[in-house]
Amino acid sequence: MSLQDLKERNVGTQEYMLVQEDDYPKTGWEEFKQVMKRSIKGELFGGLKITLKIMKEALFNNNMHTVQYPTEKLPISPRYRAVHKLLALLESGENRCIGCGLCEKICISKCIRMDTRIDENSRKEVLEYSINLGRCIFCGYCAEVCPELAIVHGGRYENASEQRAHFGLKEDFLTPLDELKNQQEYDGFGAISPNADERMKKTPLAY
Amino acid sequence: METSIIIETIVKAIIVLAVFSALAGFTTYIERKILAFMQRRLGPMNVGPHGVLQLIADGTKLFCKEDFIPANAVKPIFKIAPIITAATAFIAMTAVPFFPEFEMFGYTVRPIIADVNVGVLFVMGVAGIGLYGPLLAGMSSANKWSLLGGARTAIQLLSYEVVSGLSILAPLMMVGSLSLIDINNYQAGGISDWLIWSQPLAFVLFVMAGFAETNRTPFDLLEHEAEIVAGYATEYSGMRWGMFFIGEYANLFTVCFLISLMFLGGFNDFYFIPGGLAIVLKVMFLIFFFLWTRASWPHIRPDQLMWLCWKILMPLAVINILITGFVMMF
Ligand code: SF4
Ligand code: SF4
Repeated sequence: MSLQDLKERNVGTQEYMLVQEDDYPKTGWEEFKQVMKRSIKGELFGGLKITLKIMKEALFNNNMHTVQYPTEKLPISPRYRAVHKLLALLESGENRCIGCGLCEKICISKCIRMDTRIDENSRKEVLEYSINLGRCIFCGYCAEVCPELAIVHGGRYENASEQRAHFGLKEDFLTPLDELKNQQEYDGFGAISPNADERMKKTPLAY
Repeated sequence: METSIIIETIVKAIIVLAVFSALAGFTTYIERKILAFMQRRLGPMNVGPHGVLQLIADGTKLFCKEDFIPANAVKPIFKIAPIITAATAFIAMTAVPFFPEFEMFGYTVRPIIADVNVGVLFVMGVAGIGLYGPLLAGMSSANKWSLLGGARTAIQLLSYEVVSGLSILAPLMMVGSLSLIDINNYQAGGISDWLIWSQPLAFVLFVMAGFAETNRTPFDLLEHEAEIVAGYATEYSGMRWGMFFIGEYANLFTVCFLISLMFLGGFNDFYFIPGGLAIVLKVMFLIFFFLWTRASWPHIRPDQLMWLCWKILMPLAVINILITGFVMMF
């Protein structure tokens, strides 16, 4: 979709279709003619045929809409803003977060909270990192602002839980060590685009 | 002889009651499944293999649910109304022959509870009384949707009773008997003897009236959820509500049996298919047809319903009677 298409807000209006194609009958005779025409046309049987065809498709060609939810899930778009995930460094399994605090600052519902301290190597260390999912509006700002691609929106969209805290802590968000081999570079919301290298403009210092 | 007749009748009545109550439950399952397939869904899946045990779950729920009676309802009538629906639906079945006669332990069983010589009249009459179920339920519920549902019951069932009565008059004139067994025997000569060929108009009219009387979907104004919540049944819960539905499905079976007996050759042998199986197949096809239309056709408005009944169907029925009369006279 080009930018032009995006800005053309009344695209849909060009495809309206008139359903009632013939005029309303005015006299009694016209009414009678319409009734006769509709009775003889057999539209009702056309309807029956369509339903039967759909049933045949569903039963024999497996053309079903049903998703048997708990066992089967619909694939969701990578840009979907679901429950957050904290990505880990593939080498060490450590959190990628550098504790810059940008996500905490930008969060418009103030639901990210982090505690940091300067560790013995004079590096910033993240002690606590929690997101109150009860307040989060899943706007995605935190993922967008993160310079390290440390916080992203994962694919888990079930928010039901007994307590918000159940999936609001760092351990829950962070990719566990044994899952690390499955961690993929995130291509979803907040990630750099695949052709980022080509689109990069050189800064004046490079000349 | 007398005692044996009494025992036989009681046994038959219990069998009919048990079989059709169970069938009513099972039809809800079939209906949900078939409607689901027609809408590319799976229907009940989780309780038991392919959801067959859903029936038991639904039944348990109906029995255990709180029996709710609204504060301003007319209590005795509110309580009786579902019983009227269910009872009339089953009473109507007494005069319906379900199968051909068969021998069991050297004893000839006639699968009809009472072969009254006015069978059709009896069935239609008792089914007509069934109108009081929804009507009284709607009027006693102290709820405006129920009241509207009750009013619609009156307009719909009353007017289509007229059409169904008039439409079967012509075939009855040809047969010359009101007994359903005589009507069935009249069509014993194979498929060319079926009354549907000599009375196609009566068949169409009777099927339409059957739709209206069993309040199946194109004509289910009594409980059209989109307009009047659930109509006459809005205030009902638990088994009282369930009784309406057992009654409705029992009516559905009665109407399907009537259609097959009167127009589709009844329980006569059909080429190599024995009569008992033939009628079951016919009834099953008709029930499938009822579900099929439910998935395909839209509801109609009450004024359209009345218009169709009094301006189209009734004149057609009368014309059909006249033509049949003239043909038989000359
Ligand atoms: S998605 Fe928005 S509301 Fe939720 S934590 Fe991130 S910035 Fe805050
Ligand atoms: S923006 Fe990213 S790196 Fe900065 S604190 Fe938040 S998660 Fe950590």
